[in-house]
Amino acid sequence: MSANARDAILAEVRKSLAGRRRANHSTDPSGDAPAARLEGHARNLIPDRTAGGRAANVALFIKMIEGVSGTVERVASASEVPKVVAGYLARHNLPPKLAMAPDSRLTSLPWAAQPLLEIRQGAARESDQVALTGTFAAVAETGTLMMASFADRPNTLNFLPDNHVVVVAVKDLVGTYEDAWDRLRAAGGLPRTTTFITGPSRTSDIELVPTLGAHGPRRLHVILIEDAG
Amino acid sequence: MELTSPRFKANVRDALKKPNLKTAMGRLISTMGPRRLAARAGLPEFERLCDQARDIKNHTLANLDFYLEAYEAKLRASGGTLHWCRTPEEARATILDLCRQADARTVTKGKSMIAEEIGLNEFLEANGIEPVETDLGEYIIQIAGEAPSHIIAPAVHKTKEEIADLFFEKHQRYGLPKRSEPKDLVDDARKILRPRYIAADVGITGANFLIAETGSSVIVTNEGNGDLTQSLPKMHIVVASLEKLVPTLEDVTTILRVLARSATGQEFSTYTTFSTGPRRADDLDGPADYHVILLDNGRSRLLGTEFQDMLRCIRCGACMNNCPVYAAIGGHAYGSTYVGPMGAVLTPSLVGLADSHHLPNASSFCGRCEEVCPMRIPLPKLMRAYREQSFAAKLGPAPERWALAAWAFAAKRPRLYRLVSEAAARLLGNHGARRGAFRRLPLAGGWTGGRDLPAPEGRTFHSLWRERRRAGAA
Repeated sequence: MSANARDAILAEVRKSLAGRRRANHSTDPSGDAPAARLEGHARNLIPDRTAGGRAANVALFIKMIEGVSGTVERVASASEVPKVVAGYLARHNLPPKLAMAPDSRLTSLPWAAQPLLEIRQGAARESDQVALTGTFAAVAETGTLMMASFADRPNTLNFLPDNHVVVVAVKDLVGTYEDAWDRLRAAGGLPRTTTFITGPSRTSDIELVPTLGAHGPRRLHVILIEDAG
Repeated sequence: MELTSPRFKANVRDALKKPNLKTAMGRLISTMGPRRLAARAGLPEFERLCDQARDIKNHTLANLDFYLEAYEAKLRASGGTLHWCRTPEEARATILDLCRQADARTVTKGKSMIAEEIGLNEFLEANGIEPVETDLGEYIIQIAGEAPSHIIAPAVHKTKEEIADLFFEKHQRYGLPKRSEPKDLVDDARKILRPRYIAADVGITGANFLIAETGSSVIVTNEGNGDLTQSLPKMHIVVASLEKLVPTLEDVTTILRVLARSATGQEFSTYTTFSTGPRRADDLDGPADYHVILLDNGRSRLLGTEFQDMLRCIRCGACMNNCPVYAAIGGHAYGSTYVGPMGAVLTPSLVGLADSHHLPNASSFCGRCEEVCPMRIPLPKLMRAYREQSFAAKLGPAPERWALAAWAFAAKRPRLYRLVSEAAARLLGNHGARRGAFRRLPLAGGWTGGRDLPAPEGRTFHSLWRERRRAGAA
């Protein structure tokens, strides 16, 4: 069925487009050749709001996350992360247990200083209440986290547990989504799953009332590391 | 769903009798219009981005054969499988086949209008596979046994009291008490759907976009249900259609900047996820199989016609959120999968005008839909084109056609037109002068059945204009 259908659909598409192509000569209103467009993947119009430089983008990133009911905590260096995570769990009356991505940026942190924390590395399980992940890039434009599902960054951690704590290094903060795409291309292209996350899970399906915690995490907490290392 | 568009007028009469519908639709219009405007005001480049989004889709459609083949090659290279399907029948059979390969008993589903278009749920059920809708709105209408009434807010026609009653009725067997606040109802649905995600054998989602550069499919959601649906089961099936293609990541990014702002008034939806092939060799999670159903269902024939513009539609729902007719009658009255102004154009394109010729008439031509459409689709122009086609095909009632033909005859003869209209204005002016309005009028029962017809004051615009010109010239 599929081979026949494929040929029939492509033939119908070409037949339908043929009239217009003869009339226009050019196949394309913008004059671009399609193969060159894919090869060049040029940027379109980029909004101005991220043009203010690094410090302004950090401020914008925080403002945008807070605007969608996420929370942000700033720390001076990565070594403070375990203590801050333990504090987050205590503050929300959560058991001292973490499902953590086996990401070397996280596993190399000084967890021994928090002996009460029980940490399991791997993909998420139904019983997990808190996930700790890094991020591939953070986008200032809308306070968005770009998660890439490499082998050390299982995607289910982003969605299954009720609480999602994300460690973001300021050096991974970019202005726009396009900047993040360039980084991902440089890292070898798209993994199985690439997710932009902007705030905790929400729905407006009942009387258009914005309600948090629909199916994904009820809380999204970002720990922003200021140092360059 | 059963197409009830041929009974559109009866559907409208029923809809207007429902007080809850009036409340719910009033809320939609008063909420979504301002939310969109606020989001637009927050991005000074918004209108220019819309122009670019339109150009991107025009370019893609003009080269659709190239981009389809480029997408197919990339998808295959990433380990996914593409299934070309001409008709809903072919799409359903292909999906059933895949579900059987996976020994599926239950499938979870993210929201997909294409799945609605092909009637997937009924078909799976008839073949012994249980589909579980996971988007909250879709879940609500699934357990209510209804069709979506809005393309992005499927249960927007229901009040929270109706949903509370429905949940109590259907959830008692899980031991859940009656609750009525939105946050509690959301919580109940979350509790019930959690184990379903884990148990499902196949996850089916739609696609907002397919990307030729990378072979990826994209879903845009707020709940995270689509991501659980496509991450946990061993097979992920995407149901998409030809016009979802965009060339590059940069191109989809431009369109994403206008999508959420137009749809819900958000800066960006909570989750935008790009799926590229099945899980990779060392991945710790993700589906082992990844299949994309690519449906035509009449779209290829729209290319090269004036209705090609409709294939730019990104299903944001702004046209219905801002439509006075949709606001009065709700989505179900349209009797079709796609509703509101976009549905009034897309439905005749997909199912033929014979069964849907009322829908292009469901417009006051106020032009709001075109004004708010981020893809610049000339919806009123396309509805007018279908009105012309249905007149030519003699699809409307005969008296309506005779009246239109008589009017057209007179309108093309200015002297005759003036003579007739001045006589009518004088006659109606004389008879209606006392009350200032008519309660009943021969041949105008459709109008006076619901309200009075104001009486003309006895003169036509033409004659007043002539008089004023003469007075001004003197």
